[in-house]
Amino acid sequence: MPYLVHSPEDRSAMLETIGVKSINDLLVDIPQSLRLRSLQLPAGLSEFETMAEVAALAGRNRVFPDRLTFRGGGVYRRFIPSAVAAVTSKPEFYTAYTPYQAEASQGTLQAIFEYQTLIAELTGLDVSNASLYDGATAVAEAAMMAHVHNGRDEVLVSGYLHPEYVQVLRAFSEARGIKVRKGGEPNKKTAAVIFQQPDFLGLLVDPRALTTAAHDAGALAIACVDPISLAVLAPPGEYGADIAVGEGQQLGMAPSFGGPHVGFIACRKELVRKLPGRLVGTAHDVQGRRGFVLALAAREQHIRREKATSNICTNHSLCALAAAVYLTYMGPYGLRQVAEVSFKRAHALAERLAALPGWEMAFPERRFLNEFPVRVPKSSAVVRKLARKGILGGLDVSRWFRELKGVLTFTCTEVNDAKALDELVAALES
Amino acid sequence: MTEPLSFELSRPAVDPPRLPGAEEGGAALGDVLPGELLRSRPPGLPRLSEPELMRHYSRLASLNYSISENFYPLGSCTMKYNPVANEAAAALPGFAGLHPYQDEETVQGALELMWRLEQALCAVVGVDRVTLQPAAGAHGEWTALRMIRAYQHSKGEARTEVLVPDSAHGTNPASAALSGFQVVEVLSGPDGRISLADLESKLSPRTAALMLTNPNTLGLFEREILDIAELVHSTGAMLYYDGANLNAFMGICRPGDMGFDAVHMNLHKTFTTPHGGGGPGAGPVGVKSELVPFLPSPTVERTDGHLTLDHKHPQSIGRVRSFYGNFGMLVRAYTYILAMGGDGLSQASQDAVLSANYLRKLVEGDLEMPHDGPCMHEFVASANHLNHENGVRALDIAKALLDRQFYAPTVYFPLVVPEAIMVEPTETESKATLDSFAHAIKEIVAEARTNPQGLHEEPKNTPVGRLDEVAAARRINAYLQGQSEDPVLRWKSPSETAS
Repeated sequence: MPYLVHSPEDRSAMLETIGVKSINDLLVDIPQSLRLRSLQLPAGLSEFETMAEVAALAGRNRVFPDRLTFRGGGVYRRFIPSAVAAVTSKPEFYTAYTPYQAEASQGTLQAIFEYQTLIAELTGLDVSNASLYDGATAVAEAAMMAHVHNGRDEVLVSGYLHPEYVQVLRAFSEARGIKVRKGGEPNKKTAAVIFQQPDFLGLLVDPRALTTAAHDAGALAIACVDPISLAVLAPPGEYGADIAVGEGQQLGMAPSFGGPHVGFIACRKELVRKLPGRLVGTAHDVQGRRGFVLALAAREQHIRREKATSNICTNHSLCALAAAVYLTYMGPYGLRQVAEVSFKRAHALAERLAALPGWEMAFPERRFLNEFPVRVPKSSAVVRKLARKGILGGLDVSRWFRELKGVLTFTCTEVNDAKALDELVAALES
Repeated sequence: MTEPLSFELSRPAVDPPRLPGAEEGGAALGDVLPGELLRSRPPGLPRLSEPELMRHYSRLASLNYSISENFYPLGSCTMKYNPVANEAAAALPGFAGLHPYQDEETVQGALELMWRLEQALCAVVGVDRVTLQPAAGAHGEWTALRMIRAYQHSKGEARTEVLVPDSAHGTNPASAALSGFQVVEVLSGPDGRISLADLESKLSPRTAALMLTNPNTLGLFEREILDIAELVHSTGAMLYYDGANLNAFMGICRPGDMGFDAVHMNLHKTFTTPHGGGGPGAGPVGVKSELVPFLPSPTVERTDGHLTLDHKHPQSIGRVRSFYGNFGMLVRAYTYILAMGGDGLSQASQDAVLSANYLRKLVEGDLEMPHDGPCMHEFVASANHLNHENGVRALDIAKALLDRQFYAPTVYFPLVVPEAIMVEPTETESKATLDSFAHAIKEIVAEARTNPQGLHEEPKNTPVGRLDEVAAARRINAYLQGQSEDPVLRWKSPSETAS
């Protein structure tokens, strides 16, 4: 049997040492009425057969080429340097446990410390945690922080926040008796104003105005941001947001049907004690050597139990490592290039799409970075037609927003080369 | 041995990486966007050439213990071998390259895999449906409690309390509190099992659920589980299974048959998806029929071989994560289940129980065993006697094991055992490994009697020695209170810290 190590002789010798005749003698505490004869599952397979079976399932999916993928909506195709997988596939990283024993986990701890610093630099805030599950739960956790911080029990979602993030926020909020309000102005009941920059449609909002409005009402400002955009856009720390969160998939992670990716969260230092999840800090040994440890554990569930800031335990360390490798590979100028090229191509594409007969920018007065909404005649037929030509076209956002009937959002990144844009436009004109 | 931080190795003069399209013309960002939307200065990211970057991370990797090289006897964590075929499966372009918002027709294979994994997990734990959405065990606990709450509300009941044994994982009370319940602790009896009398005294019409892991965190099977289930159900409350210890009895018995109404599973424990240095994992939740309407949305449905994502669940608790869960981890777990089969999973659990009892026997002369055996897949020993006699604590033993190339057991948990040392060997550690671990324990205990001071100074063979966490916490406090510029939780260039 694969992955089992005991030989029949080992088992006999071990039973003899224990002083019992069979493994059944060790299971005497289980009531007989509960004992199963066998599991209702097929018998095991050889690795060859296993992989053939799994590959057959993979073969029933259709994968669109990177360069012909123009769909985003929270998950994006980007160039992933080979260094990322080369590091994350090192078994010393991916088969290690949560670094409770610091002296035996310095590799993971230091990598996470670097990740925390990278996220703090990108967001312009004081402290980042070690990672959360995804962008959606990061938004929800930030809202819970605000509620605990100021005791208010309403959060205000401003503008087009990713609809699935709103759904997760609602699920978390309901559990804590917090109301989620969409639109309107913050007031003295508002714990936090949450906005996305760029928003779900790709449009840029005025984060300074939103932050000021939040603060004027005594609420916190939570900015949900695209990490690549922070190479060029003002970071939350610059416009005074209290908490920054977001989805880190673009930092070196494959789409993988939506996960695993990584949620990030960073905040001002006044809020650090309310941050959920793990934090890594520096410490020293008796010889004065610098090392890294899990810090401020007193906020966490294994110490505080029902009084913990969050129940999160396992988080997304390996994805955080991928993000750290990606950001370190890119450096400040590489990351800026990625953002600028994506910007240029998206603007070139927007111009060409808006010139198609019957097509128009859905919000012509609004600015965007590298994703944008277009109002399109017969939008579902358009998407189907593109798929037939091997192109993953825009995302139909009317499934979440009734007022956006006929609106598709298109996204461009550095992987959609000029020829891919030509192919897209040609397919639409045909 | 230590490694500088990437920030300390950074050389800004190194050429930036060559990226597609960098030389292209087109709209300049600064011409289109108003200045107030733009960043005033670039983020302080480090810059390393690729050769330097690869060496940096390779060195960091070498500072880690990992299951690929070391035995991890971590109780409750089920650190077993992570099959490499799982990794190959998840990396298949037909999975890794899928966008979550592709049309259903183009992702039939992915949905089929999710559906089959759900069926397999239902068979292992004895439930009717499973949601694959939760990203980790604690997330699964929370999801299950939300479903229980919604179910009870739908019946017009407003139950407000969740009972949690004193030996439970810390996530249990945290998840209960964060899903809107008050936590009531249930005491363990002298045999380490839940006290039925105490349970009875705490059950009331306010009780929404009892959260239980079985075998419990002491590695002991709750013999009276059927009576517990009857008692809980008789008050109209539900029984929740914490699946952290599922590795004890796959194919031997099932939580569903014991009377549990909701069950979470950790794919990163029982089903060999790698732990990743602290995730990503996956925490699917299985439920009995009465909770099915409340499952997170969407669910995967299969009709005549055609798969769909069903979003129409009016009573659903909603969505607990974006998209469909940690899909890559689901691929790994399914690959493992295919390879093992029903027979293999059963043998895995039997071997896990055998290994735990064997190792328990080998060390029972050296460490205190607060409870009688046999144990299931793990056992809890105590260093209380060494602490009294020689001042050697569980932590000292943990650190001394690191020096002998073993990762440490879980220590100081469960809270009901003083100086607890919780050991879970799993089925993928050989007899020879278990023998050498027992030998190391023997040596350490002998040293505790002859040279306790030496043990306080371990580990000595690790990249750094014992790190002063108390001093670190003091420095963090100083920073948070504005008395120090050193943020401790991130790197700052020396010039910034000095200013």
